[in-house]
Amino acid sequence: MDMSSEAAVVDACSHCDLHIEKHLPGDKIVALAGNPNVGKSTVFNGLTGLKQHTGNWPGKTVVNAQGRYRYKDRNFIMVDIPGTYSLMANSTEEEIARDFICFGEPDVVVVVADATCLERNLNLVLQAMEITDKVVLCVNLMDEAKKKKIRIDFNALSSRLGIPVVGTSARSGVGLDALMDAVSRITGAGVHLSPLRIAYGEGIERAVSTLEPAVKNVLHRRINSRWATLRLLDGDESLLSSLNDYLGYDILEQGQIAERLSEARAVLKRSGISQNLFRDQVVTQIVRTCESLGREAVTVEDKQYQARDRRIDKFLTSKLTGIPVMILMLFGIFWITITGANVPSSLLADGLFALIDPLNRFFAWISAPAWLSGLLVDGVYKTLAWVVSVMLPPMAIFFPLFTLLEDLGYLPRVAFNLDNFFRKANAHGKQALTMCMGFGCNACGVIGCRIIDSPRERLIAILTNNFVPCNGRFPTLIAIITMFFAGTVGGAFSSVTSTLMLTGVIVLGVAATLFTSKLLSKTILKGVPSSFQLELPPYRRPQIGKVIVRSILDRTLLVLRRAVIVAAPAGLIIWLLANIQAGGVSLLARCAGFLDSFARLMGLDGYILMAFILGLPANEVVIPILIMSYMATGSLTDFESLSQLHTLFLSHGWTWLTAVCAMLFSLMHWPCGTTLLTIKKETQSVKWMLVSFAIPTAAGIVVCMIVANAVRLFGLV
Amino acid sequence: MKNRELPLNQLPVGKRARVTSLASEGATRRRILDLGIINGTEIEPLYKSPSGNPVAYLIRGTVIALRSDLSSKIMVSEDSAA
Repeated sequence: MDMSSEAAVVDACSHCDLHIEKHLPGDKIVALAGNPNVGKSTVFNGLTGLKQHTGNWPGKTVVNAQGRYRYKDRNFIMVDIPGTYSLMANSTEEEIARDFICFGEPDVVVVVADATCLERNLNLVLQAMEITDKVVLCVNLMDEAKKKKIRIDFNALSSRLGIPVVGTSARSGVGLDALMDAVSRITGAGVHLSPLRIAYGEGIERAVSTLEPAVKNVLHRRINSRWATLRLLDGDESLLSSLNDYLGYDILEQGQIAERLSEARAVLKRSGISQNLFRDQVVTQIVRTCESLGREAVTVEDKQYQARDRRIDKFLTSKLTGIPVMILMLFGIFWITITGANVPSSLLADGLFALIDPLNRFFAWISAPAWLSGLLVDGVYKTLAWVVSVMLPPMAIFFPLFTLLEDLGYLPRVAFNLDNFFRKANAHGKQALTMCMGFGCNACGVIGCRIIDSPRERLIAILTNNFVPCNGRFPTLIAIITMFFAGTVGGAFSSVTSTLMLTGVIVLGVAATLFTSKLLSKTILKGVPSSFQLELPPYRRPQIGKVIVRSILDRTLLVLRRAVIVAAPAGLIIWLLANIQAGGVSLLARCAGFLDSFARLMGLDGYILMAFILGLPANEVVIPILIMSYMATGSLTDFESLSQLHTLFLSHGWTWLTAVCAMLFSLMHWPCGTTLLTIKKETQSVKWMLVSFAIPTAAGIVVCMIVANAVRLFGLV
Repeated sequence: MKNRELPLNQLPVGKRARVTSLASEGATRRRILDLGIINGTEIEPLYKSPSGNPVAYLIRGTVIALRSDLSSKIMVSEDSAA
């Protein structure tokens, strides 16, 4: 092996697109595994100093994140893998987890377990121990366990399991040093552990001893032969294909494997063990071992420790209160967002637009040509200023609030409440969770659909995720509502009206999602809903201060980054389009004119539709594009506030109907460029990407046309 | 009534019961097993969702919501001790 210090890239796991970069050949790879929602990402962040987002719901981590840390002068590369209950995988994310532990050749596997339900978590620990000897058990959430008066005997656990066991409270950093120490110790040279081996009873053990020698010959110690033998006997297809990919050959065609396998199967048959029974016995034996370990090492002093959670759950999910409370909560968050965003938004606008005059004077002073100052000030700077002042405040308020609910553990309850609707739409209950992710960013929502194990339902969730307004559309909706609907009522009620409208739009988005899901299930994605399980985790008190600071900072940085990367170039292009004349008319006006008659059928105008089309790279820029188009053709020379903007829009013939249709189309049109590319990647198909483009677009066109023509027909506008 | 076998989805909220058998095969059965549900496991329905389906169950100290298609495959009998 090359001992130079050049970076060596190890293609650890071809299935999960994971490339691990070792700085030194001696760097150790640490796989961080665990059941969903046990604080794995918190442990990861605590050790690596990275800021993977954490949340109190199962399935938060769907992609392998990696980070590095140093301990006692050695480098460790930590890979955070998706949460899984078992290594006998059912879903894509479980497959990713399994494949990394099995075939990613980690030097050590740290299994993070929840101290408040350790027994159940031990299942994964025992399964990991069958694959590799180098396992460390990290019993996390010790602070929660203490509150619930659960005591854990680490010594007993460690000596029964035969592996190091460390207790941690990763949120406050307690125990992480001990964890690093344990990892460091067992990755040292010459350390051998002999973890607990589970015996599966006479019939299975005899079958194993029939097959294992042949397997051992073929595997050359690349994988634990006992474990591989058990999986071969189990006949897990998905594992077999991953195994063959890893080995580079079909194991069944090697040596005497096929022959011995049928002999071993015959042994099982003679003992009366069918394929079903085999899996039953294996799982039963593991679960019984967990039970006995639990009895030995865990003491629950207060059996009523979950009573408070039960009471909260009953309130949040009952027939009478469940859904009303949910809508009230949504309403509350929107109300705080809208009311709270007003003042900072106008302050930011005042500040940023006050710089326009000095900027123009500066360009005049250096005698820059008019087109240059137009391009940079009217094009780039104004678009940037708009995006920052209008997008930033609502996002910086909405996200901390949403994150608080998330950390508290409320999102799985939302999925629980809404599951009936999704089941009736022949869709998956966890689609509610992927929709919640869509609020932040539809591309993230699409990736999040990996938590859905049925391919059909996952596809439905991916294709409909865009009906949830993301980061880039949400403030657009708020701006339009504030301009056109809040003002008409006035006074204290104006923010209530705005909030009601916004809630209505979101509920409409949910309805569109359900309707489309049902439609897809009845047409191109026929099928019945698959069974699923959803864990309702214990409530956890969010670290309020930390969440607020963190998510405000994150959102601010995100919005600013997007503003620079997307809004600034968009501003430049639009300014050019609006100012390059062809035959006395600007290019923009030409295109808008071309679209105008069709757009009017939808209650919009050519410029609005044009703005949506040019907004394909990012939804944030739709309104700035519109402003610039109007300003290039209109009399108004500047805009500083929403009320001025309102005047600008009115002067271009906007009515309340235009506003409604623009909102509807914002909710229902093609996904942004990033989301489309993500969909292509996630579905591995251009076809589905095109479908995901067509569905919301068609829905938007149809809905806008119906609304616009109905309103006109009844003479309401 | 003691030791009467019934599907889990028919067990009333608040009643504790033990699993007696799994009436399914293949993927569904695996899914149930992965939840640590085997013969003898104690399960208690905690509360229903607003529509009555799914139902949240207490299984090995964890609250897990199951739709009735899955819970109807889990046969239980009420704890005689309870």
